[in-house]
Amino acid sequence: MKFIVSVLLVMLLSFVASLYLPWWIIAVVAFAVGAFILQKPYLAFTAGFIALLLLWGGLAWFISSANNHILAHKISILVVQNDSPFTLIFITALAGALVAGAASLTGSLMRRLF
Amino acid sequence: MRIVGFFISLSVTVLLVVLLGSKLWLPLPLGSFLSPQHGVWQNAEPVQQQFNDELLFSSLQSDAAVYFDERLVPHIVAESDEDAYFIQGYLHARFRLWQMEFQTHAAAGRVSEIVGDIAVDFDKGKRRLGLQYAAENMLKEAEADPITKSMLDSYTAGVNAFISSLTESALPVEYKLLGYEPEKWNNLKTVLFVKQMSQTLAGFSDDLPMSKAKAFFGDKAMHILFPQVADSLDPVIPRNTVFPPASVAPVAPASKDSLYLQNDTISGGRLMEAEKPDKNNGSNNWAVSGAKTQSGSPILCNDPHLTLSLPSVWYELQLLTPSMNVYGVSFPGAPGVIIGFNENIAFGFTNSERDVLDYYKVKLKDDSKKQYYFDSAWVDTRLRIEEIKIKNKPAVYDTVAYTAFGPVMYDKSFPAAEGSTDALAVRWKAHDASNELLLWHYLDRAANYQDYTNALQYFTCPGHNIAFASRLGDIAIWQQGIFPARWNRQGLYVMPGEDSSYMWQGYIPMQENPHMLDTSRGFVSSANQRPADSSYPYFINGTYDLYRGIAINRRLAGMHNITPADMMKLQNDNYNTFAETARPLLLKYIDENSLSAQGKKYFEMLKNWSLYNDVSENGATLFSIWFKNLEELVWNDEFEKAGVNDLRPSESTLTEALLRNDSGFVYIDNVNTPEKETIRELAAAAYQRTVAMADSLTAVNKLAWGAYKNTSIYHLLGEKMLPFARAGLSVGGGEHIINATKSKHGPSWRMVVQAGETPEAYVVYPGGQSGNPGSAYYDQFIDKWAAGEYYKAWFMKRGEKSDERLVWKMTFKKG
Repeated sequence: MKFIVSVLLVMLLSFVASLYLPWWIIAVVAFAVGAFILQKPYLAFTAGFIALLLLWGGLAWFISSANNHILAHKISILVVQNDSPFTLIFITALAGALVAGAASLTGSLMRRLF
Repeated sequence: MRIVGFFISLSVTVLLVVLLGSKLWLPLPLGSFLSPQHGVWQNAEPVQQQFNDELLFSSLQSDAAVYFDERLVPHIVAESDEDAYFIQGYLHARFRLWQMEFQTHAAAGRVSEIVGDIAVDFDKGKRRLGLQYAAENMLKEAEADPITKSMLDSYTAGVNAFISSLTESALPVEYKLLGYEPEKWNNLKTVLFVKQMSQTLAGFSDDLPMSKAKAFFGDKAMHILFPQVADSLDPVIPRNTVFPPASVAPVAPASKDSLYLQNDTISGGRLMEAEKPDKNNGSNNWAVSGAKTQSGSPILCNDPHLTLSLPSVWYELQLLTPSMNVYGVSFPGAPGVIIGFNENIAFGFTNSERDVLDYYKVKLKDDSKKQYYFDSAWVDTRLRIEEIKIKNKPAVYDTVAYTAFGPVMYDKSFPAAEGSTDALAVRWKAHDASNELLLWHYLDRAANYQDYTNALQYFTCPGHNIAFASRLGDIAIWQQGIFPARWNRQGLYVMPGEDSSYMWQGYIPMQENPHMLDTSRGFVSSANQRPADSSYPYFINGTYDLYRGIAINRRLAGMHNITPADMMKLQNDNYNTFAETARPLLLKYIDENSLSAQGKKYFEMLKNWSLYNDVSENGATLFSIWFKNLEELVWNDEFEKAGVNDLRPSESTLTEALLRNDSGFVYIDNVNTPEKETIRELAAAAYQRTVAMADSLTAVNKLAWGAYKNTSIYHLLGEKMLPFARAGLSVGGGEHIINATKSKHGPSWRMVVQAGETPEAYVVYPGGQSGNPGSAYYDQFIDKWAAGEYYKAWFMKRGEKSDERLVWKMTFKKG
């Protein structure tokens, strides 16, 4: 239960905070959720990781589909030298997931210090 | 132990955020770039995007509305001109901001700020040519006039209204990729854009290579190698027109022969000129009178030829205010409609190709550039210190000395040629104060021939042929600009600059510029050819085309009952008049019996070629390659000896010389061999090379003209941004052909307007209304353009508010 709440909370707060604040606010959100909701460290990491994998991957996929992947085709050639919108979506999801996972883990470990 | 784990985890997190957030490790900050709510995904515009909006601006005078049709062309309806230009600025920025800013940065010589030190020489070239100086002079004049001051201010306010509303996520994708942000717009930027167009169209000069060639061949031979009037010229103003005698009579200096024509005016080895505009920047325009059309109303056509680029140089729109109702294309970066039509008239432009840029060799006292020798005394220069900022590096400074002629473009620190210490000052018409915005102000509102000629007086540089057609039935063309009245051969070569005797002495009065209000021929036209034959009383050198003009006039003379569809067909005509003239030479010189089996096969293709440069024609490719090879064999020996790399006589000069007398043409002989070559030997050698090239092209399936020519439209950032380009388009036409679509250059806008009770217009350009590579509207028109097809423009009449083609509405409310 705690796990699912963590995932949903990170997703929701990251989405809302990103409307107004720079991208790295996802690290702050994941850190805070990791610190507030007490879980085993590996679960905290996984919660942050999955939250942003879903949020960024889902948003990127949703936006790109509405765009018929016009831009993702072009940008994937520029950035990963390979015409693959899916790769670009995956890299996006992974980048967010790693940051949020690490931040959530850090939050959880900090909680354990006290 | 726990604390160690915490710190490791914290370090990893911080490191990830820093790495993804900076450019330390990656060329761009991936975190913000990939974030779906901030970065590049935000530029992926839904294909079903709705462009409806309600906007509130305190600077508006009253409420206004913008109706977008299905092609995203805005029809701006405003109660005042100020509001209309405000909205035009807002829309330009909304759809083309990155391009507008990049192009004006380029004009100002500020590209290094964005891309780093690879652009320093480019920037120096712009600074030394004095583009910013030219823009400052224009701005003073434009801001002194209340009409253009308010036009500029309103436009700037509109652009800035959009820029102020920009958030990180809404930045155009190029800013995100290159990692910078837009600055505020100002009137100087608008004027810089206009001056950049002056350079594109009137900034071409061959004075340096011409001087080098003259030193080798002598001025007498230069008459033959670079003739002023071609045998087959069909000028803008028909031959045998009687021109009034020149009212301005420039006097050649007494030292003309000894110090200018017979003297080497330039030193040093290989030329190292700053980037020059494309020689091919030209256009077609014509108008046919009602007597020749099916409807009885005149039809005006225009297709300006520029470097093809994405985002397109043009943005289509309609401006409707109490003072005007004008439709056409605008330049993102400037207010008004540049080429188009209104309820009463239509207008189109082609470049005059006249030379308005000369070099003077000045004597600087020393490397400080503080003084130069002029009219027997040392005179102070005005020093302008140019700071060129460079991305991630310290700025470099360049001192440019301004003389009575203009800026010293080349000197020891920016040499014109290897090892050269010459100081060459530029006299360029575009430096003089002018206010071209007034031309468009009046043209957009013109109702008749008088209004049109009144508007033309404000056009000083670049000189153009402006075709005109009116609802009342008039058709006309003027070559308009302020052109120096030159003495014979003035400005062909670098001129002595130690006194005032070689300076421009006056200008040709507007009334004496070549022009015609047609009454009998039934059409007017121009295609960058010489405007008049040798009976025109002024010396008018330039870089003219010859064959497109011949082709257009021949076709128009033979046409009757013309419809807009006929005109669209003509704009896409691939008939090669140059090949018609030059192919007989090939067929005459090549002995078919001496050819190999392969050679015979290609010869058959050449012989049977229709003379149309259609995409599937092999003959067009073979002919083009053969002629290029022949030119190399004829010219390279002499011109390489002369140390001239980039300049050769034109195709028409060689063709006409061979047609006149092919055994007595001395340049046929290869000066590097003891034997005396004949034209037959050269033609055969050129043919052999052609066969070898054709074999390799056949092997990769690229012998057909469309595949060989490979028309491509690159993004403004060039081939590095290949995914943003549309490469490998199958399009016919080419150089010297009415459909002047070359490999990277061609018709940047095609327009056919029937000026009847209601104007009926057909238009297309190789791009799309949106500058966003992530929008479906980025390259929307390209396939249609490539196929030679058009859209019927929807011209909104006064009072109209709806039409089935109007799909979105943006309201601009005074708030």
